[in-house]
Amino acid sequence: MLRPFPTPAAVSPEEDVIRPAGPCERIARLPADRWTLRETAFWLMPVLGYFAFPGYLMLGSQILIAGLFALSLDLIMGYAGIVSLGHAAFFGTGAYAAGLLASHGWHEPLSGLLAGAAAAALVALPVSLLVVRGQDLGRLIVTLGIGMLFFEAANKAAAITGGVDGLSGMEIAPLFGLFDFDLFGRTAYLYSLGVLFLLFLLCRRLVHSPFGLSLRGIKENSKRMASLGAPVERRLVSVFVIAAALAGAAGALLAQTTRFVGLDSLSFQRSAELLIMLVLGGTGRLYGALIGAALFLLAQDILAGLDPVYWQFWLGLMLVAVVLYARGGVLGGAALLAGRIRGKRR
Amino acid sequence: MAASVLGVLFDGVAYGSLLFLISVGLSVTMGLMNFVNLAHGAFAMAGGYLCVALMQRAGMPFLATLPLVFLAIALVGAALERTLYRRLYDASHLDQVLFSIGLTFMAVAAATYVWGPNQQPVRLPGFLRGQIHPGGVDLGAYRLFLIGLVAATTLALHLLMAKTRFGARVRASVDNRAAAAGLGIPVDRIFVLTFALGTGLAGVGGAVGIDVLGLDPTFPIKYMVYFLLVVAIGGAGSIKGPALAALLLGVFDVAGKYYVPEAGAFIIYGLMLTLLAFFPRGLYGRKA
Repeated sequence: MLRPFPTPAAVSPEEDVIRPAGPCERIARLPADRWTLRETAFWLMPVLGYFAFPGYLMLGSQILIAGLFALSLDLIMGYAGIVSLGHAAFFGTGAYAAGLLASHGWHEPLSGLLAGAAAAALVALPVSLLVVRGQDLGRLIVTLGIGMLFFEAANKAAAITGGVDGLSGMEIAPLFGLFDFDLFGRTAYLYSLGVLFLLFLLCRRLVHSPFGLSLRGIKENSKRMASLGAPVERRLVSVFVIAAALAGAAGALLAQTTRFVGLDSLSFQRSAELLIMLVLGGTGRLYGALIGAALFLLAQDILAGLDPVYWQFWLGLMLVAVVLYARGGVLGGAALLAGRIRGKRR
Repeated sequence: MAASVLGVLFDGVAYGSLLFLISVGLSVTMGLMNFVNLAHGAFAMAGGYLCVALMQRAGMPFLATLPLVFLAIALVGAALERTLYRRLYDASHLDQVLFSIGLTFMAVAAATYVWGPNQQPVRLPGFLRGQIHPGGVDLGAYRLFLIGLVAATTLALHLLMAKTRFGARVRASVDNRAAAAGLGIPVDRIFVLTFALGTGLAGVGGAVGIDVLGLDPTFPIKYMVYFLLVVAIGGAGSIKGPALAALLLGVFDVAGKYYVPEAGAFIIYGLMLTLLAFFPRGLYGRKA
């Protein structure tokens, strides 16, 4: 398939250092995950943000959590090529699992987080078997249908989930038994940042591993990968479950830091917004997910203050504009620009 | 008992016909242009609102609005196809999905802005209200009208596709777009016309569906799964497949809501998962 942008494999920052000679030599370096200065600078930003904007820490942790959620979608969409319209199902599962634990007497946050991730992974396994089998259209519908099914289930099971009113009244014990979750969201922010960073490292390692490379291969041409001997379905199931666990962790983080789980954590709107974040930032680059989440939530914070109805309109317009004029998102555009500048210099 | 089974079957068929009327355009465009158009429901919604507006503001009778709705929505569809959709025919499915979700959101927001978030009422003409009782079975007159309308439309569509030159060209383009274009078939024009036809039918479906499906700004999102399901199960690019799928969905959905109301929407999702697990390519699936 012809694409207007180079594939992610060809533009990841590592390749910028040593300019490869031909297309076939580009993928061969393993492990291609040396930590660059740019990345250190990137991760210093949220740390600086903590000191610079003490009044916006709640929004900050929302961004970090959305970033983690978008990261999980990037794994299956940007790397494995599975478009999901119902990824919120796993986010919500994690949120409800952690929320239910916390409101029924288990207050320790880290184990709650693990439980959220595990619950999401557990429900993702049977779903993944269905998703992996289908074609593009089938996958869209299965993921969309699963998302709506989970929403409906949480809505009907109001005795457990609180239904439309949401789940509240949870208590979270201090982190490591030391740091209380305070009203200003200081602990929440640092907790989210820590979890995001650790899981980001995991994702980064994963996509640079042979496993990650085989996912890219499957995305580019699954038939060829199958004939090369790669277990296509098993790979896709694995990455789907891993991504669901990450989404569950993001949901659990949200539940623990806001001490509330609403039905909207399972809604189609959330799945769609997630897609927007990822596409806005750029797919298949991990950092795109984080940047997209930040841009999206900042824009939402500014625009949605005007009127929620208008916000949905702008959301739609943003999507259409990104698809028509900015495929590849912020990072894709930046990479293209950098490529052009380098091309001129040569 | 027998009467209730017949009644449920009848309602299910009526509901399924409506789903078919709305989704058939989606099936054809998906088969013809390989375009995943999640905004299809927005055209149906636009048809519904146009019908309501024509009746309330211009005082037109219900039936007289339908041809106007068809024409207007078909024109809107053609305009959007020319300006926006055609630019994405060669894009990836992801881009198409995002683009059409974007359109859907804009339509939802616009409808909320103009008409507010509430359900729109529709005043059906007297002879379409009430019930008739042939042989002791209660049949809603409006449901009967729906089935008749859709049966007539389907027959017309079938004749159009099977007997006319235009239909032959559409079928050729569905089978192999490049070869059809090479043979001198104006594939471009075929695309616009089929897109307009499909969206126009969706608009009519939205208008006649107000009484059954309701009409509020969330319509395109609420029923998105149903429309996609019809196409996914029936297979894209045909008329027979989606018709069968729509009837199946309609009957199961109505039967589920009637006999096990507490299961709610689960019946339809369960059916979806079962069918997609066993027929990943749809009932009349063709190789993608």
